Amino acid sequence: MTKNLKVKIWRGGKEGGFATFDVPRQENQTVLDVVTYVQRNLDPLLAYRFACRVGMCGSCAMTVNGFARWTCRTNVSKVEKDGRLEIAPLSHLPIIKDLVTDMREFFDKGARAKGQFKGKQNRQDEFARVDPKSKERIAANAGIECIGCGVCYASCDVVGWRPEYLGPAALNRAWTLVNDVRDIQQTERLKVVAGDAGCNSCHSLGSCSERCPKQIEPTAGIAGLKMLVAMAALRGEI
Amino acid sequence: MTSSRTQAKLWYWQRASAMVMAVCVLGHLAVMIYAVRGGLSAAEILGRTHGSRLFASLYTLLVLACAVHVPIGLVAIAEEWAGWRGSKVTIGAGLFSALIAIMGLRAVYGVVAA
Repeated sequence: MTKNLKVKIWRGGKEGGFATFDVPRQENQTVLDVVTYVQRNLDPLLAYRFACRVGMCGSCAMTVNGFARWTCRTNVSKVEKDGRLEIAPLSHLPIIKDLVTDMREFFDKGARAKGQFKGKQNRQDEFARVDPKSKERIAANAGIECIGCGVCYASCDVVGWRPEYLGPAALNRAWTLVNDVRDIQQTERLKVVAGDAGCNSCHSLGSCSERCPKQIEPTAGIAGLKMLVAMAALRGEI
Repeated sequence: MTSSRTQAKLWYWQRASAMVMAVCVLGHLAVMIYAVRGGLSAAEILGRTHGSRLFASLYTLLVLACAVHVPIGLVAIAEEWAGWRGSKVTIGAGLFSALIAIMGLRAVYGVVAA
């Protein structure tokens, strides 16, 4: 283990550059620990986001040595190359300052993909019964652990080529709701996810599934959406 | 901007044409392996293809599948890599589809009937 890490961190907005810092190497050090060390000891003006530090909140994702990662759960030993780290903001999102990106578009796309649940029951009704072994429930289960970190979105080449593309997280959310038998806006959702910016733009490159820190496979959900959308079009429902 | 239904249709037409192409390409490989057994002279090949309904059907199907599959992919490439959008891209893809169909079917006609 090297004594010090050479850490390059993005400073500035879109027009900016990397600043280099020497950070003491420690056992079990995460990338977020490194950034926090820099902010507390070397450069208090460094802007970055984090909250929970335990992989739940999804706010600390950054580009580490070229790949989007959740930094709080990424051990330095897993990503450093010859004692070097390069830390940059997430791709495909406007940079506000340093490592902080403007994630509005990312979350707005989640809403645009009809990521809201809408049921028909009210609080006086009995609980809806969903068989845990049903096909829909199993399909929804595979996607519901998303923490909204934006790693998949930043890793998706199609988002880079087609900025209006809803992206893996929004489509994964749509897929979980498509499989929610209680939801009553399925046709509207399929219409939205079938459009120019929707599931059919996905080329199944699989970067989202490879990089998702929660091991979700948006590519599989998007493939499921493509089939549902095709069937709905054949039936004339969309 | 195309409608959701059009997008969905384009997707399944491209998927279905890919399946047809996959089968036709296997047929094409088999034809190639068979064809080289007696040498590769033009007269030899034309002697075998002339009047062959099977040959004509296989390659007509392949040409038509290409004419469906290729332009849909070209639109995506034009939009994503070149940033071209709108009706010009659609018209260009349609013309390219027609070009593939005309040239391909002419070639099939050439070796089967002419």
